[in-house]
Amino acid sequence: MLEALQVFLFDYTFRTVALGAAALGAVAGALGCFAVLRRQSLLGDAIAHAALPGIGLAFLLTGSRATPVLVLGAALAGWIGTLAVMGIVRGARLPEDTALGIVLSVFFGFGLVILTFVQRLPLASQAGLETFLWGQAATLMAADVQMIIIVGAGALALLALFWKEFKVLSFDGAFAASLGMPVRRVEFLLTSLLVVAIVLGLQTVGVVLMSALVVAPAAAARQWVDSLGLMVLLAAALGALAGVVGVGFSSAGSGIPTGPVIVLVASAIVGISLLAAPGRGLLAELVRQRRVGRRIRADAVLADLYALAMQHEDRRYGHPVATLRTMRHGEVGIERSLETLAEQGWARELKPGSWGLTPEGEKRARTRFLDQDAEHP
Amino acid sequence: MSGLDFEIQLLAVVVSVACALPGVFLVLRRMALLSDAISHSILLGIVLAFFWVQDLNSPILILAAAATGLLMVAMVEALHATRRVKEDAAIALVFPALFSLAVLLISRYAGNVHLDVDAVLLGEIAFAPFRRLEVAGHDLGPRSLWTMGGILALNLLFMLAFYKELKVSTFDAGLAAAMGFSPVLIQYAFMGLVSVTAVGAFDAVGSILVVALMIAPPASARLLTDRLPLMIGLSALLAAISAISGFWIARGLDASIAGSMATAAGLVFLLSMLLAPDRGVVASLLRRRRQKVSFARLMLTIHLLNHENSPAAPEENRLGHLSVHLRWSPEFARQVADRAERDGLLDRGEGDRLHLTPLGREAARHFMAR
Repeated sequence: MLEALQVFLFDYTFRTVALGAAALGAVAGALGCFAVLRRQSLLGDAIAHAALPGIGLAFLLTGSRATPVLVLGAALAGWIGTLAVMGIVRGARLPEDTALGIVLSVFFGFGLVILTFVQRLPLASQAGLETFLWGQAATLMAADVQMIIIVGAGALALLALFWKEFKVLSFDGAFAASLGMPVRRVEFLLTSLLVVAIVLGLQTVGVVLMSALVVAPAAAARQWVDSLGLMVLLAAALGALAGVVGVGFSSAGSGIPTGPVIVLVASAIVGISLLAAPGRGLLAELVRQRRVGRRIRADAVLADLYALAMQHEDRRYGHPVATLRTMRHGEVGIERSLETLAEQGWARELKPGSWGLTPEGEKRARTRFLDQDAEHP
Repeated sequence: MSGLDFEIQLLAVVVSVACALPGVFLVLRRMALLSDAISHSILLGIVLAFFWVQDLNSPILILAAAATGLLMVAMVEALHATRRVKEDAAIALVFPALFSLAVLLISRYAGNVHLDVDAVLLGEIAFAPFRRLEVAGHDLGPRSLWTMGGILALNLLFMLAFYKELKVSTFDAGLAAAMGFSPVLIQYAFMGLVSVTAVGAFDAVGSILVVALMIAPPASARLLTDRLPLMIGLSALLAAISAISGFWIARGLDASIAGSMATAAGLVFLLSMLLAPDRGVVASLLRRRRQKVSFARLMLTIHLLNHENSPAAPEENRLGHLSVHLRWSPEFARQVADRAERDGLLDRGEGDRLHLTPLGREAARHFMAR
């Protein structure tokens, strides 16, 4: 444990890799918010898969496996893939999911064809292209991390610069158009930034799973906050967290691809957020539902007590729990409701097993059920 | 062509057609990407079942895989039902998680067996003929040919038996429910079928290319016809064409067969998109062009009718004036006038004067009266 911590803090290689993973997680998280809000979660998947032939072709054409060259090839191919999706939707009038499916699988298949060429090259340098399939953070060099940080910072700067445009476009495209905004161009820029975020992560997370790192932090962040600014910041933080923790786990065991680990960490973050986020979280919802249910049941008993009191000469006469239970059709939990009423000071156990309204309870019942404040004559 | 080549091609065709059949309904039901999600998630079922039975040829693997496919669909629906995430995000969250878990398990605990992560992406169609099915010493052909043939038969039977149910629930879910078909039951039975098909095809072409085989041929067929039975037949045909041409592309380039099959399916789609008789890009460009000239021809007759017998007629009803009045380029104006003359709507006079024929006059009046 201590050893692991030492590695974590002082090992140069690990620090480099973790920094890279954090940076790309942050960029993917921030830009992924827009993909999720615009219901384009699966476009990321198509872009990531479509990038594969670009990586292979960039290597075949230049003979270089310098990361910037491959990333540029990936970006071009991913971007062409995006255009192809739009072209199929507009040109062939097929639904978007079909277009995404075709682009994703056909580009990827073509990429595998290209990779078989690459594998045949008698070069020692060809090793390493497969890391783009599943991601291998260990292959990140200091220069790669620098590139991720610089390009990522550039993408985030553009995001800040066009914040208003992106925001309006994401929530109300028709309104954006009515403001005279060049919607097509803004969309194009936003999608291009998404392409950048995805290709930056390909070396670390891999073509197959990169889209999850785009979607998961945004989906998790959405559960905690309700404003776009906070959501983007939180998604960036969660993305960075998933990157660092994922790289940590993956470097603990040998031969484990980084991509799947990072994705599992990000998925766990989503799961926790879905359950535990205050307000939107499922647990908070459960608590809320139970509280409301309890109040409704207590109100029903209060109404019964009031009805009984009105039929009795002595309004403070105690009514047996059995009577109240019968009035609720034998429902269980009458005692719990009576306790709730007692806590509020609306009902009292007058003698063991017999309950009656307090004056406050009577007033409460009247205002609540008869909708009048007047004292009963 | 050697027997080996023949067996690979036969297997490729069987796999492609088996995928294309359910693919038709995936495309029509707008669930194309569920094929992607299912083909990824089934890996987890395969891995877990493999750990249990320790035999890659066990039919339990297929059942477990199909069960994970259904589980994934149920998880996506449950996640979507919480209303915390949209449906597309739900898909994009669930299947990568299941797939990651599977890949992790393989690389951690099963790295040394035949199940490795490269096979997950590439499939092993080239090696399929080496795994034979032998019964009592008789060689009955590649094992995967029998598996895939069985799955193809299952798909055919299912679609024949439930054709009406599938058709109605695809095109009009409300009507299907009113007729007493349970949409949930049909949906899950269909998803089970997709999962089983994906498991079989997965072995041959890998998890991502399954998507190409399931989506691309039906999408191409969709562009070629508006009739469901025809679309099903065309999908199967195009799938077979993609498989065989993919095989020969791979043979020519000495490249991955599965990748080439996906590429071929993509090329077939591209050709259909460009050349489809009615919905194709070329056809609609030509149609638009034709409609433009045809409309302009009527505009010209109306213009001529308006100025006919007026003092301005010698000036207005000239070919050269059209570029001023109707803002047509001289070339387009000539083209339109030629077309109108050929249709007998007008005559050319001296200079570049244009005169309506009685037919042209009637056409203009008729058009304006509409």
